[in-house]
Amino acid sequence: MQEALQQHELPAASAVPRKRGRAIVITSGKGGVGKTTTTANTGVALAATGATVVLVDADVGLRNLDIVMGLEARIRHHVLDVLEGVSTLDEALVTDKRVPTLRLLAAAQTREKDDVDTTAFRDLIGSLRDRFDYVLIDCPAGIEKGFTNAIVAADEAIIVCTPEISAVRDADRVVGLLGEDRTIKLIVNRLRPALVRKGKMLSVEDVNGILRLPLLGVIEDAPDVIVSTNKGEPVALDAASPVGESYRQIAQRITGTLTTPPEIPREKSFFEKFFGSLR
Amino acid sequence: MSARRIVLTSGKGGVGKTTTTANLGAVLAKRGHRVILVDADIGLRNLDLVLGVEKRIVFDLVEVVEGRCQVRQALIKDKRLDNLSILPAAQTRDKTAVTELQFAKLIEQLGEMCDYVLIDCPAGIEHGFRNAIAGASEAIVVTTPEVSAIRDADRVIGKLHERGLPLRLIVNRLRPEMVRTGDMLSVEDVTDILSAELLGIIPDDEEVIDTTNKGEPIVLQTESRLAVIYDKIARRLEGELVPFTTFSAPGFFARIFGKAS
Amino acid sequence: MFDFIQRFFGKPASSATAKERLRLVLLSDHLSLAPDVVEALKHDLIEVISRYVDVDAANCDVSFEQQDKQVAMLANIPILAMRSRPSPPAAPPPAAPPPPAREPDPAPPPSLDLGGATASVTAEPQTAANVAPGRPAAKPAAQNGGSRKRRRKRPGATALPSAG
Repeated sequence: MQEALQQHELPAASAVPRKRGRAIVITSGKGGVGKTTTTANTGVALAATGATVVLVDADVGLRNLDIVMGLEARIRHHVLDVLEGVSTLDEALVTDKRVPTLRLLAAAQTREKDDVDTTAFRDLIGSLRDRFDYVLIDCPAGIEKGFTNAIVAADEAIIVCTPEISAVRDADRVVGLLGEDRTIKLIVNRLRPALVRKGKMLSVEDVNGILRLPLLGVIEDAPDVIVSTNKGEPVALDAASPVGESYRQIAQRITGTLTTPPEIPREKSFFEKFFGSLR
Repeated sequence: MSARRIVLTSGKGGVGKTTTTANLGAVLAKRGHRVILVDADIGLRNLDLVLGVEKRIVFDLVEVVEGRCQVRQALIKDKRLDNLSILPAAQTRDKTAVTELQFAKLIEQLGEMCDYVLIDCPAGIEHGFRNAIAGASEAIVVTTPEVSAIRDADRVIGKLHERGLPLRLIVNRLRPEMVRTGDMLSVEDVTDILSAELLGIIPDDEEVIDTTNKGEPIVLQTESRLAVIYDKIARRLEGELVPFTTFSAPGFFARIFGKAS
Repeated sequence: MFDFIQRFFGKPASSATAKERLRLVLLSDHLSLAPDVVEALKHDLIEVISRYVDVDAANCDVSFEQQDKQVAMLANIPILAMRSRPSPPAAPPPAAPPPPAREPDPAPPPSLDLGGATASVTAEPQTAANVAPGRPAAKPAAQNGGSRKRRRKRPGATALPSAG
């Protein structure tokens, strides 16, 4: 609690009424497509614009948002502690020294998704919306109870999809389950333009021809992300990273400062590859 | 004699369980064993897609369990490999449509019909996972050399130990060039951290995406590097001691011209 | 290229960082998943400390906290009174250690009565397997009364800034 106030004063719930924050769930159906990486980096990029952001890990039992953010050593309490009254919300919110307006609310590692009371979770997200400009919810893979809980309080969704048929199929399923009430947007992740050109990978147009969603971003596959997860340093913190740049643009589209549609990466020329590998 | 019933699981999604189930099953079938693949991912089925049989599904696992059809009616025989069949998942949302007991009995029943039952487990450790392991006598844990995957694999290994299931590890999507530069954990790092017996090492290969697009498991291309590797894994499963492939990282020029080793 | 230069000047490869982070995180996970081991550890810890001071066994608490470079055990052991003579090493433990034989003090001297003061102990990182009966990970409680740093955060208590 003391730390939070030292880093950045966040408005308490009782402060002057503010415009209610946005709750966005990041989901996919298929696992391993980059939901957690996207939640972390989009959150960092949004917070870098000055917005107040809270990241919520809804993957009870298999938490990873903390480790992707590099904050795993700072977790003292988690969502279930808050829901069950073992700790206050402020005690559970973890600050990030690198990004003062960002907080993390971790999932419990040793509990089950069934332990989360859906109504209580929804209310928690509601109270987070009163305090933060953006509440980003990292949804677990699948469409079981973890998924249901994660989407319950969000009226916006970002679907992360890789250009692979299993992922597109699962994303399509999830679009159906999210229903009509939510605004849904798409991020295509891990595109490999060279494979697309050779006809060995679906193109962004192929993917969105099926899903038909407004496109929020297209992110090229890059080894940076693996390195960044190794170190616990989200790429959005790296001004030189192209993937970081993609996330920064995604954040700008979310806030509305960028209105142009995302550029679709094309295959690098021979010289770009040559000079690229010297970096 | 009853079959070996092996569940392929991981915790983390997207590490290659389904691809591994399909390819390992295909290779075992090529080696003469009768193999049944079971897609336990009720609601988000993908094993059918990876094998290219999605248009031939008539009945699914839930219908078998509910008694609406015979097992043999639901099993889809692979047209390329005589000994390979697949039992597809249902696309209904509810993994609770099948109980652990029902699943176990189904797997037992399948075990009387073949030599190997390979169960493709859904991501996570929820109901779907519990079902998938209910019928198994052993497990293969699939992980990639990445932090989140390893952490989830660790959790799953804990759960498998609780059930007393023997397990072995496959490290998938290894990138030797990144290991060499210290940008990726090595296989040794992974087995150290997880303390599990290694069954196989599979390098990252972009060809896999193409083969999935076409519904043709890569092991059907018998000269491909991955076909050799999956064959080794199959032999280890059979009990043979097969040395692990060492992967050399591509050199400078190989990287420029885009070839992997 | 820049990466190469970085490595030349000794910046650790990210895989080494990853391995270390995983080691700590998994240790932390395993400890939370083994409540019976933690119970046994707590029992043995109380027993050892009880050779030197009287403790309020019912209100002892042991937890594990992941810090930046280590996982630490935090023990909260309310101390009731000092023993005038440490009792000899205990025989194989019964379920509850019996109070040692000593002369009863009708009014214990104030300087030795620690009242409700608590001791805080930070242990070096040990795997749960290493912390075996008979090998205490904790140091004996300090002798003097007065203030104790309350390192363990309880719900509602004021938190100290955590390390790192």
